[in-house]
Amino acid sequence: MTPRDKIFYFLTIHRTGLSVCLLAVVLLAYPTLVANPYLLGISNLIAVYLIAVIGLNLFIGYAGQISLGHAAYLGLGAYGSALLTIHTGLNPWLAMALTALAVGLTSFLVAIPTLRLSGHYLAMATLGFNIVCYTIMMQWNQVTGGPSGLAGIPPLSVAGLPIDDEMRFHYLAWTLAIIVLTLGLNLARSSLGLALAAVAQNETAAASLGIQVVRAKIRIFVLSAVLASLAGSLFAHCYTFINPDSFTIFNSIELVTMVVIGGLGSIWGSLLGASLIILLPEFLHFFETFRDIIHGLIVVTVLILLPQGLVSGLKDLLRVRSLMSKKNAQN
Amino acid sequence: MPTLTDFLQFLFAGLTNGAIYALIALGFCVVHNTMGIVNFTQVDLVSLGGMFLYSALFLFGLPMPLALAGAVAAAALSGMAVERFGIRPSRSGNHLVLIFLTIGLSVILRGIMKLVWGKNRMAVPPLTADEPIRLFGATLLPQILWIFLLTTAAVILLIWIFRHTTLGLCMRGVASNPAAAAVVGIDAGRIRMVSFAIAGAMGGLAGALVTPITTLSYDVGVLLGLKGFAAAILGGFGSFGGAIAGGLLLGLLESLAAAGLSSAYKDVIAFGLLLLVLFIRPQGLFGAGKR
Repeated sequence: MTPRDKIFYFLTIHRTGLSVCLLAVVLLAYPTLVANPYLLGISNLIAVYLIAVIGLNLFIGYAGQISLGHAAYLGLGAYGSALLTIHTGLNPWLAMALTALAVGLTSFLVAIPTLRLSGHYLAMATLGFNIVCYTIMMQWNQVTGGPSGLAGIPPLSVAGLPIDDEMRFHYLAWTLAIIVLTLGLNLARSSLGLALAAVAQNETAAASLGIQVVRAKIRIFVLSAVLASLAGSLFAHCYTFINPDSFTIFNSIELVTMVVIGGLGSIWGSLLGASLIILLPEFLHFFETFRDIIHGLIVVTVLILLPQGLVSGLKDLLRVRSLMSKKNAQN
Repeated sequence: MPTLTDFLQFLFAGLTNGAIYALIALGFCVVHNTMGIVNFTQVDLVSLGGMFLYSALFLFGLPMPLALAGAVAAAALSGMAVERFGIRPSRSGNHLVLIFLTIGLSVILRGIMKLVWGKNRMAVPPLTADEPIRLFGATLLPQILWIFLLTTAAVILLIWIFRHTTLGLCMRGVASNPAAAAVVGIDAGRIRMVSFAIAGAMGGLAGALVTPITTLSYDVGVLLGLKGFAAAILGGFGSFGGAIAGGLLLGLLESLAAAGLSSAYKDVIAFGLLLLVLFIRPQGLFGAGKR
């Protein structure tokens, strides 16, 4: 092996870890290059959503299930954390953890009967759960503040330093997002990830290989709900204000489009999908009236041309191209 | 203390909503039976029915019967266009991809409606004059009678098409076994387009009938449509009888919940009960069990 081959070999087997490190370095330098709080605010929102989208992608993309109600868990996380800190003065970190635990338990209880359902019934059940949660947030005025929401949520703090500006939140949110990203990448290659991929292909075949189908589905559902809850809590402590409008079925559908555009079952795709959908309105605010149409057209075009999403789809295209050119060179 | 009159009033309201949910649920079922997917554009076909009725009346100045027929036909054409230009170009057989595709198409349709008709709420006049009819002390709008009458007519027509025409036979063939249907020479593309046309007509009729009672806006169909989906699921997805029973049951439950418990939480009660039913009977009330 020549030294050059060794370097290539190293790069190839460590490509995932190196990509994560590269991303971390870029993000570490990002605020020094872009000091604009508005732009930082946008990238912070991407980090928050990314946490939820990776969880949802594990459930939709890897396990092949359908959820049109993940904004409900985002909302439960946000409201749980907000109510605990406002009313009991609890430390925000503790509130976040307690909320995530409670949401995990709730989603476990929801999952046991729900995940017996398949396909369309599961879509309805998750949609229904979202509508129920949203209506309660809207109507239970005394507790949730109704349509006007909750204000004055205390910010998080690290080592006595309150995370109250975009720069500080950037480091916090992206640290958590990169941890979740790494977790997602590893989980996809773990035995649970492989089991889920088998379940997505064919439940009967997976079961015959000794995979406990229902248990695997419940575990990934609870994990994705907990991640959504954490993202919701982060959202609440970052903006110090929440209202039910952020947790409607349309938000659930937006989360699903982030997963779909980036690619079902592609963790890096989730990063691309979340960034694209959050950045899109920024580019399109000149022609506000066409926003929905363009948004929908992008989803439809990606699904028709590259049904496996932008990242996997483009990667496959490139692979086919290079194989073709190699073949042509041989002839 | 609710009296008999109050009870009748809620019964009428529940049955009216139920009839509308049933129409929308049938639209969901027809497409599900030929393609095996949930067609989320159904939701917008409902809004489109109301929008087309509004335009036919006020832009083209058509008389009501003609305007209603035009609105239903236009909604059916929209359904066909969705299939031809939105669904068919995707050669994917993956149901998850196709369902997400209908979600994307639904976002586009709402964008187009916002562009063409604006975001404001609009009022559509009822089919005939607004003189309420008294029945055992309860008041009944003539529109409600029209809803019952036209829904029944549409359901009978749908069942007649499916039972007694060659087209219906083809559609049932595709529903029971697409591969076998293709072998005997049934054009699956044409059948899918027809199923979208029927879905559009059903949704459009529901939208045109209900918007005089509610109001009309580009997203009026979303909650109505999702309740139609809930009704189809409640009855067992795919079964026509189940869709009708599910629609009426959901409408009645919702109305009684609003009357007896709380009108603010009627959606929570309706969807909560739906979830409960699904947990006890995962295949819906009249579903045939796991296939």
